[in-house]
Amino acid sequence: MMKRAFGLTKRINSIKFSLLSPEEIRKMSAVKIITADTYDDDGFPIEKGLMDLHMGVIEPGLRCKTCGGKVDECPGHFGHIELAMPVIHVGFVKNIKNYLDATCRECGRIKLKDDEIEIYKQKLEEARKMGASPIQLLLINKKIIDEASSRPICPHCGAEQKKITLDKPTTFREEGRKLTPKEIRERLEKIPDHDLPLLGINPETARPEWMVLTVLPVPPVNVRPTITLETGERSEDDLTHKLVDIIRINQRLRENRDSGAPQLIIVDLWELLQYHVTTYFDNQTSGIPPARHRSGRPLKTLVQRLKGKEGRFRSNLSGKRVNFSSRTVISPEPFLSINEVGVPEAAARELTVPIAVTEHNIEKMREIIRRGPNPKGDKYLPGANYVIRADGRRIKITERNAEEVAKKIEVGWIVERHLTNGDIVLFNRQPSLHRMSMMGHLVRVLPDRTFRFNLAVCPPYNADFDGDEMNLHVLQSEEARAEAKILMLVQEHILSPRFGGPIIGGLHDHITAMFLLTYQNPKFTKEEALHILSYIDYENLPEPHRDEEGREFYYGKDLFSLILPKNLNMEFKSKICDPTVCNHKCLYEKCPIDAYVIIRDGKLLAGTIDENAIGSMKGKLLDRIAKMGSDTARKFIDDLTRLAIGVISYRGFTSGIDDEDIPEEALIQIHEVIKESVKKTDELIELYKEGLLQPAPGRSIEETLEMEIMRVLAHARDEAGKIASRHLGLENSSVIMARSGARASMLNLSQMAGSIGQQSVRGQRLHRGYQDRTLPHFKRGDLGAKARGFVESSYKKGLTPTEYFFHSMGGREGLVDTAVRTSRSGYMQRRLINALEDLKVDESRKVVDTAGSVIQFLYGEDGVDPTRSSGGENIDMEEVLTDVFGEKYLLRRRR
Amino acid sequence: MSELSIIWKDKIENVDRLRMNAPVYYAVDFEIKRELKMPVYGYITLKGSEANYRVKITEIRNYESIPGILKRTTKKLKTLLKIEEVQDIAAIPLSEFKKEDGSYLKRVTKFSYGIRGEEKEIVLKKFRDLSQEEKKIYEDVKKKYDVSLPFSIVEKIVKIQKDFSLEKKELERVIEKVVEKYKKRLVDPYEAVGIVAAQSIGEPGTQMTLRTFHYAGVAEMNVTLGLPRLIEIVDARSQPSTPTMEIYLKEDIREDEEKVKNVAKKIENTTIIDVADVITSVADMSLTIVPDPKKMEGRGVKIEDIVESLSKLKTYKLKVEMEEERIKVRLPEPSYKKLYLLAESIKTLTLRGIKGISRAIVRKSRDGSEWVIYTQGSNLAEVLDIDEVDGKRTRTNNIIEIAEVLGIEAARNAIIEEAVNTLEQQGLNVDIRHIMLVADTMTYNGVVEAIGRHGIAGEKESVLARAAFEITSKHLLTAGVLGEEDHLRGVAENIIVGQPVTLGTGAVTLIYKGNKR
Repeated sequence: MMKRAFGLTKRINSIKFSLLSPEEIRKMSAVKIITADTYDDDGFPIEKGLMDLHMGVIEPGLRCKTCGGKVDECPGHFGHIELAMPVIHVGFVKNIKNYLDATCRECGRIKLKDDEIEIYKQKLEEARKMGASPIQLLLINKKIIDEASSRPICPHCGAEQKKITLDKPTTFREEGRKLTPKEIRERLEKIPDHDLPLLGINPETARPEWMVLTVLPVPPVNVRPTITLETGERSEDDLTHKLVDIIRINQRLRENRDSGAPQLIIVDLWELLQYHVTTYFDNQTSGIPPARHRSGRPLKTLVQRLKGKEGRFRSNLSGKRVNFSSRTVISPEPFLSINEVGVPEAAARELTVPIAVTEHNIEKMREIIRRGPNPKGDKYLPGANYVIRADGRRIKITERNAEEVAKKIEVGWIVERHLTNGDIVLFNRQPSLHRMSMMGHLVRVLPDRTFRFNLAVCPPYNADFDGDEMNLHVLQSEEARAEAKILMLVQEHILSPRFGGPIIGGLHDHITAMFLLTYQNPKFTKEEALHILSYIDYENLPEPHRDEEGREFYYGKDLFSLILPKNLNMEFKSKICDPTVCNHKCLYEKCPIDAYVIIRDGKLLAGTIDENAIGSMKGKLLDRIAKMGSDTARKFIDDLTRLAIGVISYRGFTSGIDDEDIPEEALIQIHEVIKESVKKTDELIELYKEGLLQPAPGRSIEETLEMEIMRVLAHARDEAGKIASRHLGLENSSVIMARSGARASMLNLSQMAGSIGQQSVRGQRLHRGYQDRTLPHFKRGDLGAKARGFVESSYKKGLTPTEYFFHSMGGREGLVDTAVRTSRSGYMQRRLINALEDLKVDESRKVVDTAGSVIQFLYGEDGVDPTRSSGGENIDMEEVLTDVFGEKYLLRRRR
Repeated sequence: MSELSIIWKDKIENVDRLRMNAPVYYAVDFEIKRELKMPVYGYITLKGSEANYRVKITEIRNYESIPGILKRTTKKLKTLLKIEEVQDIAAIPLSEFKKEDGSYLKRVTKFSYGIRGEEKEIVLKKFRDLSQEEKKIYEDVKKKYDVSLPFSIVEKIVKIQKDFSLEKKELERVIEKVVEKYKKRLVDPYEAVGIVAAQSIGEPGTQMTLRTFHYAGVAEMNVTLGLPRLIEIVDARSQPSTPTMEIYLKEDIREDEEKVKNVAKKIENTTIIDVADVITSVADMSLTIVPDPKKMEGRGVKIEDIVESLSKLKTYKLKVEMEEERIKVRLPEPSYKKLYLLAESIKTLTLRGIKGISRAIVRKSRDGSEWVIYTQGSNLAEVLDIDEVDGKRTRTNNIIEIAEVLGIEAARNAIIEEAVNTLEQQGLNVDIRHIMLVADTMTYNGVVEAIGRHGIAGEKESVLARAAFEITSKHLLTAGVLGEEDHLRGVAENIIVGQPVTLGTGAVTLIYKGNKR
């Protein structure tokens, strides 16, 4: 049972790596394994077999013979196998080769003169003092080894050296004669300790001869548990299978050796043993066939267990499975604050928060426990699933014992209470590409079965509601909850560190609604206004205006001003700003299209609120408010989204294909333009065929032709779009969306109303398919617009069969592109993270790594946090001047 | 330190031998004719682009064979240098040396004289570069608020003061506000800036294109852009997939299209196959070069140039005959194999131009004020050698080349610039601080290192962090042999053992002890 240690934190200071010596293997071994069998007929582990109870237990009820612990208590113990003959450890083959090359075959000394040894030792020592890492030292060692290996005669004993070659993976030959592992081991033994540092071995932790195994450690059984299938059949782990093979061959080898069998047989068995030991370590060693399971599946042995994405390191150590988490489909809920998340009741009853019982909350805890694990009633009230006693024992609360447990609790116990409104949780959507992919939300328990949140929070998660699922984690310690509330809450992440602007903000309907509310300042009767305002909390509703007939009304801008923070002053251009209207001479508040926003003391005086004001990523107003503090910003976004819903649902907003209706004469015009361009391409082709086309410098004639045609046809599409957009005005819902930046672009509209345009694959006109033509509908060698993927029709009119086919070719490329891109950019990001993860800013705003090296002396050359910057600028003087001089400055600036 | 010294190129083995045996006589195969004041410092370059070692020479005399000397080569020895000691120095780019005529040294292939110039400091804007007003504001703020404002902010204040002719009182109010804002905007200590930078660059990767686009302004050339280019930059590839240069020219010629075109012709690498056909005739054991007059004119090559270039081919003694407009080449003795080889080497024989630059195109610069040469292929060192070239503005997209020719700080700036341009071109907005951090991480060691297993990630001090990244088993096995110790100072290793990481709130080591009572 896990015990919680409060207030006491221990830290591992360091982990040291070394090689196991044969003595050490024997010393740490709990049992010497001699039989290859696992269980007897009764299913009981055989003594001195691979499942010996000395190595730990995997079946409940049994006790470990070494430590006496039960299944969850015993950590497992190593056993060992005495190998009849030594074998080489595959992982160290290269090392062994180096050591054999660099040392004398007779006396075992490194083949360098004493003075050279001194110099190299000094060099190593110097490098170490300079702070070289072991990896960097290894490069020096490599040089030393190369130098020593090149000596044909030992400078110490004068013995002549022979050339040693390595037959991959594990066979060494000396001038053609095979060296047995035994001989190799003998040679390595001769290398004196004081020569080892030159070879890159730390004599305190390793000896070269340990790389030739004489004893094999057998991992504890809980590393390789037996799986019992439903049929009662037992199935052994891959490692156990491999160990069985090793023991069998080992035994045969020993018997044959002891009975004096012919050398040939012994050598064969020895090699077989080497094969099994090799594959036991690494079953993907190149040069030998992988050991296979009976079914033909290659075995997963030690290296395979650690390596790669599914290996121990990446899938169990760098990332861990957790409890207190849940996952379900997401859906939108505009009436939640951006800080909140709607949690289904069923999930809230399963996820719990541990609460320590104190003398202050004991009565409250009793009440919660009394409700049991499944409280009834219309209103959601938290119950509890477990209590943990002071001694760490866990008691499950049932409806039956709830009353009894409630009475028993005392100070020092822990109650695992259901999730309830106001608890902080972490909410996450994969892929988690940046820190805003996991933010802290406050719980709101809601009916039904989906997680719900405010739409303004979609961009940071990159979420939509077409079936996306998200994860939720409940924090289990007080520190974690405090950190999450202060650092991870959504309102602390409105500004993105990527570009120092808001990433949470209005989108789609929010922008449309604000446009409708503010563009050309529409009037709302008092009733309408109050209806819309019922969606938000507001103070100080101004006196209504009165029209000629004395009816009370409000302007849209008055309503919007209600959600603005006081003392806000700013001016900027709206997205709908069109410099051609005023001939590039801004008229400010007199702008005919109401595109210059002026805010004074928290009142919107002029201008249209659209994407440039409140859009996520682009909103200038939002950016400004976000920098006034996270509470203000949260309030603004909450109000903004609610007000937007109020406006748009009161006014009503819809879009249909008839939005793209344009008059007959416009259609004819478009057709003319396209006909003209198609004709022009034909002329170009004619010119090309006659050989009169002048090639652009550095391009072939064919390339030139293609470029020209592409240009002409792109122009045609643009012209068609222009004609179409002339007939699409701001009274049109689709145009409102495109112009205000809510969704879609004018290009999309012109493709619907006018012409879709040229389709392309890899930036070229379509040209592949049949021999010399794209489709059998065309003549061979036809280079014309239509034969090479120009789609004349509009989406509204519909595509001809050939156009439809071309259009899908372009579409397919897009899909392939996305698939390739995600994997490539994912790997790049993994590498970037790996290279930069350890960097931090220190107290003096230097950037340092773990070794203490300085990467930057002042972070980003000015020490400014990009999140807090004004779109990358450390100080925005305009902002400063507005703050200092207010209106005076804003007016002065216009001059 | 502005005395004449000598610089020569040598192999690392020789340097090691010198170092071990110094003081020693060293026989070299070049003559030193100048009078040098003893002791003189010599510099050894390994790659020919930067000085890597400094040697103290106490004696120079003519070569004679005496026992116990070390030799640079085995033949043609001319001079004996008495080497007192060999010092390791931080690599000095050879561009910091001047030749005797005052021009800068660029490469040393064997031996050269050189004067070590004053150390150049051009990288960061220095305090002394600030104007009088700027200095005053900086000092005032420092005195009054105890804050060192970044120079970029000081400059902004001065600009505003001028633009709006602020009075003293007004200026003070502005400065107060600026200081207040600046303090609020500073990064928090222990912030995990590395991870934030990596995420900020990696996250928009999913929104980038995979395609190679045409170069802005020069439709004739393809340049890698988007995600592939970004990956290339962080990979620190020695050759980008599409190396290009933008060559700016000196004032006197840059507005004259014809002159610029002539420079372009000088730069563009022209080989025989670019202007002529090479026909191999086995029957009479000869090669015939058939020049194409049109192509020759385009490239500005004359037939004499071809003949002349043939004489440079030193592998064989060739018999060259002119036959009208053709050139016939024969080997001294017939051999099929040699004829075949000769044909291949003749085809790629450089007539003129710079190696590696396959195309040079002259275009108006973006602001239309001058003519600029855009090239396919890059060779910074040799382009900078051309007199007409304005070296200050000329650029290449080959970062490794920049590191070799101009040094590591230039490479750092090149990484930043290339990455910013790539992201901007895709319409993505990423704060420059993130990119600077990546560039600094790639270059702080003095060499350009890749982000990845062959670079920074493979050199981490922690065994566990390396094992968790790639090539798991190798790192664990060598750790055992070396007896490595993992001090668990980084992020990955602490996650592996299950303890809090050393960043952010986890980096705070101070513990508060409450009142004793």
